[in-house]
Amino acid sequence: MSIFNWFNWEHRRGTAPVARDRLKVLLAHEGTRGTKSDLLGLLRAEIVAVICRYVSVEPDKVQVKMGRRVKASTLAFEVEVPA
Amino acid sequence: MAKIVVVTSGKGGVGKTTSTAALGAALAQSGKTVAVVDFDVGLRNLDLVMGAERRVVFDFINVIHGTAKLSQALIRDKRLDTLWLLPASQTRDKDALTAAGVAKVIAQLRQKFDWVICDSPAGIERGAMLAMRHADAAVIVTNPEVSSVRDSDRIIGLLDAKTLKAEQGERVEKHLLITRYDAVRAGKGEMMSIDDVLEILSVPLLGVVPESQEVLRASNIGAPVTLSDASSAPARAYCDAMRRLKGEDLPMTIPSDAKNLFGKLFGRRAA
Repeated sequence: MSIFNWFNWEHRRGTAPVARDRLKVLLAHEGTRGTKSDLLGLLRAEIVAVICRYVSVEPDKVQVKMGRRVKASTLAFEVEVPA
Repeated sequence: MAKIVVVTSGKGGVGKTTSTAALGAALAQSGKTVAVVDFDVGLRNLDLVMGAERRVVFDFINVIHGTAKLSQALIRDKRLDTLWLLPASQTRDKDALTAAGVAKVIAQLRQKFDWVICDSPAGIERGAMLAMRHADAAVIVTNPEVSSVRDSDRIIGLLDAKTLKAEQGERVEKHLLITRYDAVRAGKGEMMSIDDVLEILSVPLLGVVPESQEVLRASNIGAPVTLSDASSAPARAYCDAMRRLKGEDLPMTIPSDAKNLFGKLFGRRAA
C-alpha cells in the first residue's frame, strides 16, 4: 500500500461489511436450514413440472433465472411454446 | 440426570476443544459433577488440553467394546474432583464409534453426572453426527470469519434435523459462542461484529470470548483456561458463558485485558 492509499478512504474502510453481505447472499441460496430457506429450489422444481404437464417441452428446455434483490429473491421462467 | 451438551462448529480450529475444557472446568468449579467426552476418534486432543494425556489407560472405544468399564476409562481431574474426562481412542478405524455403543455410554453418563459436555470433531462425518445425536443443548463455536460462519449455519441445520430431539419433534437448545473476537478490529470494520454474526445465524448468544494470548498459554501447560488464570479475559468470558448455560440471565459484556485507550473504549462494549 503506498502512502497515497493511506489517505484513500476506500482502501482504509473495513472489509467486514463485504464479508457479511457475501454470507447473507450465500446462505439464503444454500438452503441448509430445512425447507423454508429452500423455498426457491422447491418452487422452481414444481413450476417446471407444471409447465411440462401443459406444454410439450423437455424440462431442461425451460429456462429459469434466479435473481436476488435487496428485499426479495426472484425466479424468471422462459418457455418457448411450440406453435 | 445429566444435561447433555455438544460443543460443535463444523469448521476445525475455531476453539471447540478449548471451549469444552473451559466450560467443563467452569461448571465443575460451580459445584456440579461434569464429564467432558472426546468424540474425535483418531485425533484426540481434549486429554492434552486438560493436561491428562499421560493418565489415559482406557478410552471411549474400549468402553463401547466392553474391554473396559466406564469407571475404568473415566479420568478424574487432578485440580477439580468433580471434573472427569472420557478420552477418545487413537484408533484409525473410523467405524469404531457405533451408534448403539454411543447411546449406551451416554445413557450411563447421564445417570452419573450433572453435566456431560461432548467435544465434537470437525466436519459433518460420523463422529460429528454421533457427538450431537443425544444432545439436549448445543454450543456452536464460531469465529467472526466467513468460512466459520458458513459452517456454523450448516451445523445448525443438522442440529435441527439429525438429532434424537429433532426426530422426536423437539428442539435442541442452541447457543452461539463467538471465539477469537477482536473488539478493536471489529470497531474498525475489519472484522464482522457480534451483531453481524447474530443477524446471519440467528441463534441466541451464549458469550463472546476475546482473542487472547492466555488461551495458548493455558493449552501449553495443559490447563483449561478457566483454571490457568481465572482473572484473564477469556476465563471471565467462559465463566459468564457457563452461567448463561445454566440459565442465569447476565448482561452481555466482552471481557478485555486491553491496555490501550482504543481497547478500553471498545473492549467492553456489549453486543
